[in-house]
Order: sequence, then C-alpha cells, then structure tokens
Amino acid sequence: MTAHNPEFETECIRRILSGEKQLFHTLIRPCERPVYFLLLSLLHNEAEAEDAAQETAIKVYRNLHLFRGDSQFRTWVLSIARNEGLGRLRKVETRREDSLEGLAEDQSGDFTPAILASWREVPVEALERKELGALLRTAIEDLPVIYRNVVLLRDIEEMDVRETAAALGITEGAVKVRLHRARAMLQRELAPKLKGFAPKRARLFGWGA
Amino acid sequence: MRIDCKHVWEHISAYIDGEVDAKVRAEIDRHLETCEICSAVLDSTRNVVVLVADDRVFELPAGFSDRLHARLDRELELR
Repeated sequence: MTAHNPEFETECIRRILSGEKQLFHTLIRPCERPVYFLLLSLLHNEAEAEDAAQETAIKVYRNLHLFRGDSQFRTWVLSIARNEGLGRLRKVETRREDSLEGLAEDQSGDFTPAILASWREVPVEALERKELGALLRTAIEDLPVIYRNVVLLRDIEEMDVRETAAALGITEGAVKVRLHRARAMLQRELAPKLKGFAPKRARLFGWGA
Repeated sequence: MRIDCKHVWEHISAYIDGEVDAKVRAEIDRHLETCEICSAVLDSTRNVVVLVADDRVFELPAGFSDRLHARLDRELELR
C-alpha cells in the first residue's frame, strides 16, 4: 500500500493524531519532490526552497487536524507549500523578475512552435549525457513562473489537471491553456537544440554511436 | 472541412493528453497523414514532454530528504 492511497492517508493521519507521531515521516515522504520543486519554481533559489519545504512540512504537521479529506492529501500539502512560497516572495519586494503580478495574469507571448520539416526522436537514454539535462532545466527555469509552475506539476510531477488546478489555486481551464503555451514555448526553445541528441543513424545499432 | 496547420498547433497539447474530442482528433489525424511539418511539430513537442518527465532532469539536492526528516524529528519531539 502506498501513501498515495487515500484510505492509507486517512488511517495514517488518524494514527498520527492519536499519538503515533513517527508515522508522519511516512505520510509526508511522497510529497517531498513536488513540494520542493514547486517552491524552487516560485523562489528560484535552492537554499530558500529547501528551507521553505521544511517549513511547509512542519506546518502540515501542526495543522494536520485541519485536513478534512475533501481534496487529496498531496493537493492540500501543495497548497500549503504554495502559500509558504508566496509569503516569502511578498517579503522580497526587490524581486522584479517573476513578480506577483505575473502570477495572477496571463502574459502575452508568441506561442507558435518551431517549424521543422522532420523530427528524429531523442530517446530518454540520451539523458545519460549531463548536458541534455542541463539544457532541459534551463529551458524550464527560463519560462515565466505561471507557466513553469504548471509544467512542473503536470509534466514533471505528472499530476492530473484537477489536482494541479487545486494546488495552484487556478481553474482547470487555466491549467490547460498555460500547459499548452508552456509546451509550445519549450518546443520552440528546445527543438532546434535537441536535434544534436538524436541517434545518428540506424537505431538497431544503438544510439549516438 | 479541412483544418489548417495553425488549427492543429492550437490543439497539440490537448491532443498529446488525449483530451480532444473524437471529431477534432479525426481531423487532426487526417491532417497529420499529409503534413510533415505538423507531424514534426507534434513529435518534437511530445518528445520534449517525455524528456522533461524523466526523474534525471530534476533531482532533489543531495541530502535533502535526510535534512528534512531530521528537522521533522526535532518538531515531533516538541509536540
């Protein structure tokens, strides 16, 4: 049984609240990745995102009795993480880039894809090359924050539209629009650069030979 | 009615997620059969989506989990 199982979560929470405190480690573990990367997306600073993630986990523990089970546990945790991140952003007024206004408003931009005559698939095995990972990370980090948050939860943490909307406090329609734009921006930025990572010729003989 | 490339691009993300209705999907599929550009745009977009989802792209910092649980232990002792 995994901690993503709502029945397991409910039972776990009941037991923690009745004194089995150590079970909280098990309960929170599956949320660690999405919490950290959502905070990193918002705060753009690894040390601060880590501190905010720890603070989030403590707030979740202290407020555990308030969880009502009308959303998934992970969604509830992510909304606490988001509030923690936004609270920290508000304190730092000098951060012009990714301003809070940008979080509320869709930005105009060019969402036309890069036009290609053909495409040779880049297999995931190509990620053994560190520079490919770096290329992908940079492209995502360079997205405006409202798009980055959605890509992070939908495509990187593979959450569904409903949960992403709930965690970010936006509508499901907004999730879809932002995801579409984000993917178009990523394709436009990455497609020309990814070509070099495609297998040279006959895949039968292994890639990149 | 024959749909154009721009119309296909507008639906690419939903198409990848299997969220376009059957009629639009059929139109797009028909368009893709003869349009190499849209096929390449779709394939490259899908390829990007698959690559960014790989756990190797975004990894937690070394020791992140240990530090988190150590801090939680201190909190759990207090309350």
